[in-house]
Amino acid sequence: MNTLRIGCGAGYAGDRIEPAVELAREGGLDYLVFECLAERTIAMAQLAHLRDNAAGYDVMLGDRLRAVLPAAVERGTGVITNMGAANPQAATDEVIRIARDLGLARRVATVTGDNVMSYVKAHPTLATDDGRTVGELSERLVSANAYIGAAAIVEALSGGAHVVITGRVADPALFLAPLIHRFGWSEDDWSLLGAGTLAGHLLECAGQVTGGYFADTRRKHVEDLARLGFPLAEVREDGHVVITKVAGSGGRVTAATCKEQLLYEIQDPADYRTPDVVADFSRVSVEEIGSDRVAVRGASGHPRPDQLKVSLGYMDGFIGEGQISYAGPGAVARGRLAIDIVRERLTLAGVPTHELQADLIGVDSLFGRADVHRPEPFEVRVRVAARTATLADARRVGNEVETLYTNGPAGGGGATKSAREVLAIASTFVPRHAVTTAVTFEDVA
Amino acid sequence: VILGDLAHSRAGDKGTIVNVSVIAFDPNDYAWLESVVTAARMQQHLDGIADGDVVRYTLPSVAALNFVFARKPGQSVTRTLELDAHGKTLSSIVLAMPLPER
Repeated sequence: MNTLRIGCGAGYAGDRIEPAVELAREGGLDYLVFECLAERTIAMAQLAHLRDNAAGYDVMLGDRLRAVLPAAVERGTGVITNMGAANPQAATDEVIRIARDLGLARRVATVTGDNVMSYVKAHPTLATDDGRTVGELSERLVSANAYIGAAAIVEALSGGAHVVITGRVADPALFLAPLIHRFGWSEDDWSLLGAGTLAGHLLECAGQVTGGYFADTRRKHVEDLARLGFPLAEVREDGHVVITKVAGSGGRVTAATCKEQLLYEIQDPADYRTPDVVADFSRVSVEEIGSDRVAVRGASGHPRPDQLKVSLGYMDGFIGEGQISYAGPGAVARGRLAIDIVRERLTLAGVPTHELQADLIGVDSLFGRADVHRPEPFEVRVRVAARTATLADARRVGNEVETLYTNGPAGGGGATKSAREVLAIASTFVPRHAVTTAVTFEDVA
Repeated sequence: VILGDLAHSRAGDKGTIVNVSVIAFDPNDYAWLESVVTAARMQQHLDGIADGDVVRYTLPSVAALNFVFARKPGQSVTRTLELDAHGKTLSSIVLAMPLPER
């Protein structure tokens, strides 16, 4: 039976590059996928695009493709990535330049159509996931991108593309598309689409299924995380999936690493919604069938949703933050005194903060509940963060922590401060007909 | 005995919703974990962290439970003031849950 080998060369925009090179050289891959668009990444890229018409795609695209293209071309491995972000055409232009530089003949496809800003602006009554409407965000809205499905990528591959550049695409669809293309899976064969989506879901965070984000010195040992190998899936035409990695690379693929990733960012496992299928992972089973080889079975699916999810980027004020450390006997008490002083200073100075959070890192910064008795740490770090309407007010927050040096409790050290504008994300849903995708091709001879 | 002695865990986020998996190291422990690590017990354990109900999904085929809950209003990864913006460390406090005598 036909089997396709698909690797994942990046699980987020800043991920390591060497494991992708290792996969391209030694993975025997049919396709190498780079998933580099977190929720907010595309909104930030849209801001960059507004400032500079040639910007707005992943800044690491050049480094990644220069690193993997020679091996990918030599082995006939297709490359699929959402590194086009808010400006896929400019990303394609860079891929073309790189292919020319390297003297590699390639057909590059660009997928567009995920930008639904004009539709969203024309429909202000659309409800957001946080209980507002699109209209309430109107002036502050900077981006609106629909999560599109596999179809446009399949079209690109059918047109002979060796490299496919997209913007916002549902993460698993990047992996599902080559399976549909190669195996001719029907667009309403929900079980197979569910199985392919499971493969994509397990792969999309790269090292998170090969032992990354897994090691715990208490009980979960993972070798060689500095040389962590990224995953590849062997997917059979009948939907059978094996997760593995390049022999000799760091990390491990076990039933346990696959189970953790199976449930990562999943709510109801029987109702995992993508543009292509509502996948059902509730009866999935995993089995170790060899060293670093895990078979994953039992995914199924139901008809795809009628609507597409849209990620909305909007400007959401500013956050100012300051930190300072205290140590030795009484460190916690001096840290709490420092926090009280900063709160009072912001009130005296009339700095309007919409929301303020004060933590003692080492005591209560992750889960709060300061009333719970805990062993006294030898050192603590005070952190005060506040939401403000202006950048000037945000800067005051960090300054009021910094002035603790000469005006606060004894022995404060290592103060830092920052102020930033917040680009927040909400989501909504639009009907499928609101989204029209397009695929264009360019060749480097 | 704490939950982390018998299970491992990973947290993920989608908007203001967080999920935390609890996966038995030994599948033979799953049935007992399912009976004692209930949604109500988890909600009590996450008092002050989870906002509203904790929902539990069971996955006996992989010896795992999946807990889903909302963080405090407005605490999505892109706008929260929290140090751990995603809520990724929540897996660790879940594993710190004390378990009853067996």
